[in-house]
Amino acid sequence: MSTEQRQQARILRQAANVRDRQEEIVRSNIGWMIAVAHRLLKDRALAEDAVQDAFLAAFRGLDQFEGRSSLKTWLHRITVNTALMQLRQLKRRAEAQFDEYLPEFDRFGCRIEEPWEHSASVEEILDNEQHRVRIHGAIEDLPDAYRIVLLLRDIEGYDTSETAALLHISEGNVKVRLHRAREALKKLIEPILRGEPIS
Amino acid sequence: MKDHGISVIRRWLSGFLQKHVHGMITCRQFDSFVLAYLDGELPAHQRLLFERHIKFCRQCQEYLAAYQRTVKLGRAVFPSPDEILPEAVPKI
Repeated sequence: MSTEQRQQARILRQAANVRDRQEEIVRSNIGWMIAVAHRLLKDRALAEDAVQDAFLAAFRGLDQFEGRSSLKTWLHRITVNTALMQLRQLKRRAEAQFDEYLPEFDRFGCRIEEPWEHSASVEEILDNEQHRVRIHGAIEDLPDAYRIVLLLRDIEGYDTSETAALLHISEGNVKVRLHRAREALKKLIEPILRGEPIS
Repeated sequence: MKDHGISVIRRWLSGFLQKHVHGMITCRQFDSFVLAYLDGELPAHQRLLFERHIKFCRQCQEYLAAYQRTVKLGRAVFPSPDEILPEAVPKI
């Protein structure tokens, strides 16, 4: 066997050892790591994604693991970080989608709104059970920060200061969230408000 | 939109008036007053500006009407707490 062949064989043996070690780390830690991520994300599929990211990050940085804490403590921290990253991405996505439902204005500050050729009355809309279900669903679909304020102010009947105290936010913040929630809800149920047939 | 050209001219004219005529507010400013107006918390001067704006701005008129219907519908689709209580639970 030449020197070059011996070197290649050594590299392959090392790679196989690394693979075995990584498999062992995955097998003995994946269960509790998914449980940790699941507690933070409240969704099994998202938790699995976070754990996959955590293992990738861990294996990339395995050389830097200095053994000052246990491997489990180190992996725990990485799992929490990747789960929190998922949460931040989800929040950003929800906020970005939410912005689409807010009113639009042109550069002169004028409202851009399709003319209302026809509109259905509140009574007409409420007579239709399908419409009621749609509106209920649209409220449920609002991001939590807005949905909760809408529920407390418009449905549970709390005033602005009571809502602010319950949520530990300022009254100004309650007003902004409530107005945005109503605006978004209006946009979400606009076909119903316009009396358009819904599929 | 079939009357796209007319809409653009109307919006430009409306924007010009709001910007250059004393005592006018833009639709964007109008939007920021809506919640306080409906809650009866808008100071008198701003209330005047709000009501003046809505007299000539059809888009904001229609917007406000749809906003108010949305609030009513949101309230109506959730059952009141009394309806949720099962009959077997005695009211205190």
